[in-house]
Amino acid sequence: MFNSRKASAGLSSPYVAWMTIFIIVPLLMVFYFGLTDAGGAFTFANVASIASPEHLKSLLLALELSFISTVICFLIAYPLALILAHSRISSQGLIITIFILPMWMNFLLRTMAWMTLLEGTGVINTILSFLHLPTQHIINTPAAIVLGMVYNFLPFMILPLYNAVSRIDPAVIEAARDLGAGRFQTLWKITLPLSAGGIISGVTMVFIPALTTFAISTLLGGSKVLLIGNVIESYFMLSYDVHLGSGLSLVLMVFIIINMVVSAVSDAKEQTD
Amino acid sequence: MARKTFEKIYMAVILVFMYAPIVTMIVLSFNESKSRAKWGGFSMKWYQALFHDSAIMRALWNTLSVALISALIATVIGTVTCVALMGLKSKSRAVIMGITNIPMINADIVTGISLMLLFQVIGFKRGFWTVLISHITFNIPFVMLSVLPRLKQVEPSVYEAAQDLGATKVYAFRKTVLPDIMPGVISGALMAFTMSLDDFIITYFTKGVGFDTLSTKIYASVKKGIQPEIYALSAIIFVTVLLLLFFSDRIPKWANKNKQET
Repeated sequence: MFNSRKASAGLSSPYVAWMTIFIIVPLLMVFYFGLTDAGGAFTFANVASIASPEHLKSLLLALELSFISTVICFLIAYPLALILAHSRISSQGLIITIFILPMWMNFLLRTMAWMTLLEGTGVINTILSFLHLPTQHIINTPAAIVLGMVYNFLPFMILPLYNAVSRIDPAVIEAARDLGAGRFQTLWKITLPLSAGGIISGVTMVFIPALTTFAISTLLGGSKVLLIGNVIESYFMLSYDVHLGSGLSLVLMVFIIINMVVSAVSDAKEQTD
Repeated sequence: MARKTFEKIYMAVILVFMYAPIVTMIVLSFNESKSRAKWGGFSMKWYQALFHDSAIMRALWNTLSVALISALIATVIGTVTCVALMGLKSKSRAVIMGITNIPMINADIVTGISLMLLFQVIGFKRGFWTVLISHITFNIPFVMLSVLPRLKQVEPSVYEAAQDLGATKVYAFRKTVLPDIMPGVISGALMAFTMSLDDFIITYFTKGVGFDTLSTKIYASVKKGIQPEIYALSAIIFVTVLLLLFFSDRIPKWANKNKQET
């Protein structure tokens, strides 16, 4: 088992075959369809159509909303990770579970719950008007989509940040304080750089799903707000233009690859440190 | 002191943000009135309606069978592959781990449409089988990431000793290696199971017409307007998740304990 190369190669072959057929070949097909027209001739037109006004608008909006969501997730999750990691409670594991538990619930149900809360005659507005406060109208706006993204992906940010922060040796923090660094200086010069790996993996885990979502924008944005995910989805499921849909997916893959490279570089750096 | 209070308030606010939607759904699932803004008294009628909704029940059955079968197959393939990885040259190991990382890093929408294209091109009618294959595909990496760290800690010498003493390869593996990696295998299987239960995007693109899991069913119905039965469904799912998490925390410990006793 541990020594025989031949037996090992034999044992791994079902997996290699499986992943070749169901991961590599399908991805090559996205490339093929994205770079050909209906007649099968090579073309860049599908990919270039990202520059058309409505495609570009949906991509830029998706980038903007997922960027805002990622920043908000980070700003909420980092203090939480610090608090959780520094608390002396013996049941830290239980508490972290409580914070990420909603992640295990079906994500469409979670998003639907926000529809219920945000609706014009929804729960929040009922409470607001009961208190004689002005009602909110954020359903079917980009703000509702950001809220849905933050809510759905926050646990993905909490977990890696908590892991990174709790691995920092408390002695390093103490040393910094002993040498005269203020609370803020310690955070800025010690804690943040030492948790950079966790920050990068948290950002990746929030940004990519947020950038490529179409369900959150459909449910919370109504049909008014279209993200790049919605555009791709409609090419595959409504107008059956797989060439255009694949071409736009190739554009998305550029962002995924950038993300992948960034996290691979930070992983490698962490390992040499 | 002020700092501690502030920390407590901060955690409480986030918890409210995380749980308010879930609590709202659970409360509304018992609401007699169909209105979402008015409390019409306690009622179990949405639960009854849910269990009589044959489309949702079929979707539930589909979800569970896909999750169970895909988790089982992914666990077998994933574990076998991890064992094989240990004996491979580091170069081929790196290639295999590279492939394993693709579905984890790639956006679900790209994985979904790429599989949809594959099934379309080879003329495979989409339905139960295509969804099952897709779920196995994205589940294997989760199993491997859970089994591999365990396997790296295993001492090969015990396995070799067992063989020297006359055990067959399979018997020696079953008796020396498998018990050591079992907690990893079980948590990998549970991980795969929950990933499959929760998946929407990949299922959506690979399911075809007429086959639905709970996720795709919920998506289709919520697009038309929320039915209170779905709240009842949410409440049931939430309680199930709580139980599952409780057991997934217990089982590896229990397996560990059992191993130490024998």
